[in-house]
Amino acid sequence: MPKDHGIGASSKRREDKRFLTGKGRYTDDINLPGQAHAWFVRSQVAHGRLTGVDTSAAEAMPGVLRVFTGADFEGVGGLPCGWLVTDRFGQPMQEPGHPVLARGKVRHVGDPVAVVVAETAEQARDAAEAVEVEIDELPAVLDMKAALDPDAPLVHDELKNNLCYDWGFVEENRAAVNAAFETAAHVTTLDLVNQRLVPNAMEPRVALGDFNPATEDSTLYTTSQNPHVIRLLMGAFVLGIPEHKLRVVAPDVGGGFGSKIFHYAEEAFCTFAAKQLRRPVKWTCTRSEAFISDAHGRDHVTRIELALDAEGRFQALRTETHANMGAYLSTFAPSIPTWLHGTLMAGNYKTPLIYVNVKAVFTNTVPVDAYRGAGRPEATFQLERVIDKAAREMGIDPVELRRRNFITEFPYATPVAVEYDTGDYNATLDKLLEIADVAGFEARLADSKSRGMLRGLGLNCYIEACGIAPSQLVGQLGARAGLYESATVRVNATGGLVVMTGSHSHGQGHETTFAQVVADMIGIGEDMVEIVHGDTANTPMGMGTYGSRSLAVGGSAMVRATNKIIAKAKKIAAHLMEAAPEDIELKDGKFSVAGTDKSVAWGDVTLAAYVPHNYPLEELEPGLEETAFYDPNNFTYPAGAYACEVEVDPETGKVTVCSFAAADDFGNIVNPMIVSGQVHGGIAQGIGQALLEAASYDDYGQLLSGSYMDYAMPRADDVPFYRVDHSCATPCTHNPLGVKGCGEAGAIGSPPAVVNAVVDALQRAGHTGVTHIDMPLTPARVWAAMQG
Amino acid sequence: MTKVSMKVNGKPVSGEVEGRTLLVSFLRDTLGLTGTHVGCDTSQCGACVVHVDGQAVKSCTMFAAEAEGCEVTTIEGMANADGSLSTIQQAFQDHHGLQCGFCTPGMVMSAAALLAGTPKPTEAEIRHYLEGNICRCTGYHNIVKAILAASGQDVSDIGGDAIAAE
Repeated sequence: MPKDHGIGASSKRREDKRFLTGKGRYTDDINLPGQAHAWFVRSQVAHGRLTGVDTSAAEAMPGVLRVFTGADFEGVGGLPCGWLVTDRFGQPMQEPGHPVLARGKVRHVGDPVAVVVAETAEQARDAAEAVEVEIDELPAVLDMKAALDPDAPLVHDELKNNLCYDWGFVEENRAAVNAAFETAAHVTTLDLVNQRLVPNAMEPRVALGDFNPATEDSTLYTTSQNPHVIRLLMGAFVLGIPEHKLRVVAPDVGGGFGSKIFHYAEEAFCTFAAKQLRRPVKWTCTRSEAFISDAHGRDHVTRIELALDAEGRFQALRTETHANMGAYLSTFAPSIPTWLHGTLMAGNYKTPLIYVNVKAVFTNTVPVDAYRGAGRPEATFQLERVIDKAAREMGIDPVELRRRNFITEFPYATPVAVEYDTGDYNATLDKLLEIADVAGFEARLADSKSRGMLRGLGLNCYIEACGIAPSQLVGQLGARAGLYESATVRVNATGGLVVMTGSHSHGQGHETTFAQVVADMIGIGEDMVEIVHGDTANTPMGMGTYGSRSLAVGGSAMVRATNKIIAKAKKIAAHLMEAAPEDIELKDGKFSVAGTDKSVAWGDVTLAAYVPHNYPLEELEPGLEETAFYDPNNFTYPAGAYACEVEVDPETGKVTVCSFAAADDFGNIVNPMIVSGQVHGGIAQGIGQALLEAASYDDYGQLLSGSYMDYAMPRADDVPFYRVDHSCATPCTHNPLGVKGCGEAGAIGSPPAVVNAVVDALQRAGHTGVTHIDMPLTPARVWAAMQG
Repeated sequence: MTKVSMKVNGKPVSGEVEGRTLLVSFLRDTLGLTGTHVGCDTSQCGACVVHVDGQAVKSCTMFAAEAEGCEVTTIEGMANADGSLSTIQQAFQDHHGLQCGFCTPGMVMSAAALLAGTPKPTEAEIRHYLEGNICRCTGYHNIVKAILAASGQDVSDIGGDAIAAE
């Protein structure tokens, strides 16, 4: 029987009622008395010298309070980059400045040049039209390889070229890897593009700055996945506000997918302008503006080569990737194509020699940073595509080729610096074959054929490193922040609990799942536990939510704090029952003395903690509140196997996803319903990448796919019902809950399954020359592939 | 400025608006009904769907002045009179048809309009009808399932949350 409460139960979400009745409180729902409105004037060209900004006409417009330009931010810091990558020659990456408002040059369409603040949003918008921006246009640098040409125009004049870094991993393996290719029985090579995507959380970004002149406190309400990180970055590096005078609130946030991790110029602007104007200043992003100001994702161009012996055993892997940074370094941008990508190139396989080369390049495009999966989808896609291609070339069944190379013993140290603690890749693959009904494929193929359609089956495996991350390790790798997580558990006198977590929920359901964990540990009802998050004023310093880390890292901190609570409560219970603390057992919310019928209730103990009349005050402080920080000693390694079946219309090239199955190993699971939901959403994003989505620039650096009219978001009729399973669980060995994280898996594992399926369909139909089609697999591309 | 009057969730309301004021702005900014959301500026995402005289309308695509004299229903008006969730709202919770909640008001309003005209829609009809509502979180699986369930259809054989580790 499935559990009906606590860890392992599909508890219904407590968040839902407010969202279903219109009572959510998103940043744009907050309005402060006296609030003014900001509208950004953005560059309409990709690259140019900023020769003048005339604000006089705008300043004379109705309702305008002030027009800000880059000159107002002299003496204000730029937006910091949180990760320093060291190149393969031991040199630090080239790190250009990133001003809040452009100075000297504009470097991408959407680069903010000026901001109008007015009484109403409409007045600010009207006046923004009257700001005259003079730009001497320069040739735009768009193609990454062309950007590295010695004659290419410079995105940043102060840098020696457009190369951020040339990273080799593991550099010491380079010669050995190359040697292995010389002697390999078979080498499969694949050139591919992992196209640029726009994350597109449904809630556009919003920032609302406030300043109290009496106390000199600043407050920023913002759509963020990590309010403490924003407070630290903006306070320390941009505006010079110490943490105790700056509060950052991220209330209900409408999705993030990575794009709301980063510190953005608009946040700093609204906080700054509120202090200047002594009025709250609010900015609400339009969707069109989001397309040119939210950090984009992916954008890798890769050559991958796999060396195999005659039996198909992997001998060596070599990749060369050009990774687009865009015009500036977004907060975590340098780490994505390196440490979140190179370290995953072993995948699920025993490849003894691996070398990854990544050239990160500046271009006149929107900055690129983490988007759901962040580096790991790029690693998985190229690896699982090249394995499929190798299987076809060598005449080995793709499932068998994978099995032949699976890592089967754990812990396993890969040649790319990570150690997988646990896993069972055969088990998830077996489960996948079952739930995808692979045995029944031939019958479905025959049915498709009878209707004149092509059909294909694609499978792949994936592994990811989650629970980002051990602070000391990431520090060695260049992170400029610690990546622990925190929790404070406050027990009230009458027995209810409030958990204040540094994690942030923006759709993941932490308010439900975190309560399940704590309630289960104590043996009380979930409704006795409240979860507080999103406000630096009432949560301990934490690093927020991304990289599938909330339960693995934040949940672990919460378990630690709860264990401290239980230990203290047992001492109180022991005192009340005149027993030894080590004899006290806690079960179902009741403390009892082992071997006796003596017991006291949870509420008796919590009341004693706050009304300490009969209490060991000489040994124990009153009260029941504990804080814990948790810094793991390794990443977690969720893994699994995915399968997709497609039909391809031979007349038009249109691809229909007929079925999609996912077998994941997430370790232990707190709420299966929520975990399935996370996988569903990730799969849709992966299908979106595989078939629909692409951020496309023209030769002048104009974003062609700049709205939902042009950027093809997956819609309900683009996807099927999914079959998901997470019963193959090998619990994480190093965190107290044994959990691995589930937020990104769907987006990581699904794109290669779709592309493998389409290539399979075309191959089965006799298009044997088609070994790869670049994403998105639009009808035009698939049709063109079929024409040879 | 023009004066507009309409009924919103059964209550008569009025306010001064500019000619260009969108219905969604009137609902959110003038009336403080912030349950209706704005997710795009091209009438694509559907986060702003409300009912105007019983029809599902994207309130970012209609001027407030156009709603003069109309009966408007927003997400705030969808729960039962006693405050409990309506059948559709309850189905969304029961089947985990929402995550971040931002597209949810529009999804519920569209689902209600669909079921009003098509009480027992097929999966394909639901997916087609939701073409104008974008969700980035759920992959639509549980939204479609919730709407099927709200229409009284059996969803027990639709895979998803039942399969899990014990």
